[in-house]
Amino acid sequence: MIPILRRFAGGFALFVLCLSAAGATAPLTPADIADASITDEISIPMPGEFMAALNKLDKMEWKTKFRPPVSTNFSSRAQLALNLGGLIADGYVAIEAEDGPQVKNIGKDVLSIAKILGVSKDVLDRANSIANFADTAHWDQLKEELEATQNEVKTAMTEHKDQDLVTLVTVGGWLRAMEVVSGQVAAHYSAPGAKLLRQPGIAAFLIKKLDGMSEKVKAEPSVQEVRKKMTEIEKIIAFSLTTAPSADDIKRLNGLTAEVVKNISKKPAK
Amino acid sequence: MKRLAIPLILSTALVLSSFAKDATTNDEVAARNTALGVAGAFGNDGFKLRDGNWAGTIAPGKPQVLQVNLYAGNQYWFTLGATPAGKKLLVTVYDEAGAPIEAESYQDASVAAAGFAPQASGSYYVKVEIVDGASTAFCLIYSYK
Repeated sequence: MIPILRRFAGGFALFVLCLSAAGATAPLTPADIADASITDEISIPMPGEFMAALNKLDKMEWKTKFRPPVSTNFSSRAQLALNLGGLIADGYVAIEAEDGPQVKNIGKDVLSIAKILGVSKDVLDRANSIANFADTAHWDQLKEELEATQNEVKTAMTEHKDQDLVTLVTVGGWLRAMEVVSGQVAAHYSAPGAKLLRQPGIAAFLIKKLDGMSEKVKAEPSVQEVRKKMTEIEKIIAFSLTTAPSADDIKRLNGLTAEVVKNISKKPAK
Repeated sequence: MKRLAIPLILSTALVLSSFAKDATTNDEVAARNTALGVAGAFGNDGFKLRDGNWAGTIAPGKPQVLQVNLYAGNQYWFTLGATPAGKKLLVTVYDEAGAPIEAESYQDASVAAAGFAPQASGSYYVKVEIVDGASTAFCLIYSYK
């Protein structure tokens, strides 16, 4: 990475580059850690980061990670938000697979759900850009565009005082990404792959956010399903730094995430 | 050349339009612009810039800390921008127990960055502080590959 920084040297008057001396820096206090900020926008990684890490462990056949199209027409706004998050994670899978038509199909589904949720005005331009970048195979730009789409949807939801939906979009995307990555690790188990799934901070943050939602949203069957499974999921992914979870643990994690993702994409029985 | 230029212009316009929405004050917009100037160079080396940011105000002697969740195997750069009032800044990364982590660091007027590759997936903490200067708006962004 150092050569990257050397590029700055010609353009900046002041330039300092060094390896920070960790030993000379005081550790954070428990109060610093307790008071640390955590935000949905930047503390929670996008599915693309998870998938980038997985790409370094295995030669991935991303097309095998596609799932059949899901409904984009639910009467529950909470269920729509969960599925919107899942679709955005599907978008990252399609980009990793470099499958333009699949990216465009997912872009259309994202727009359909955004329309029902009343936030399509904010993402219409993004959806057009996604289609253009998919046509011209600009995969890196597509990843940025997909994240920007998600953020604009969340911004619009926040402006509409729908903060609970913001949480559900994040949860839906994280669960679908966890299903994809745990599925790969379960099928090709390795200790480094299993350790990739260690995410206690995210699980704790999402559970806290789910528990803080309005009683009306918490009573939605899809949300109850997610909340119930999150506790079980947290138990598996909050393992110690030194011990990798077993192959059976990873299979169980994949089963849990696959089940919850499938259930939230089902239309409720009439 | 033209085929490459169009997406580049499009993506630049999209970045600019998103940053105007994300930042809430003019100073935060300026701080993010400063950070983007440095983070853009990481993009030349394959780093992808997260669309989100963490913005606010920092005062001398009152650092702020953000929790992030990172994946082993990826490489990360955290870039902090401020207004000219924040003359010299520092970004420090800590593990989940609060122990400082050795990282590559970059400092210039009103901007600083720290880069490292986590050995384990999980929570980390990023501290931003003013080493020299007055209270300022700041904006932290990050890139990964």
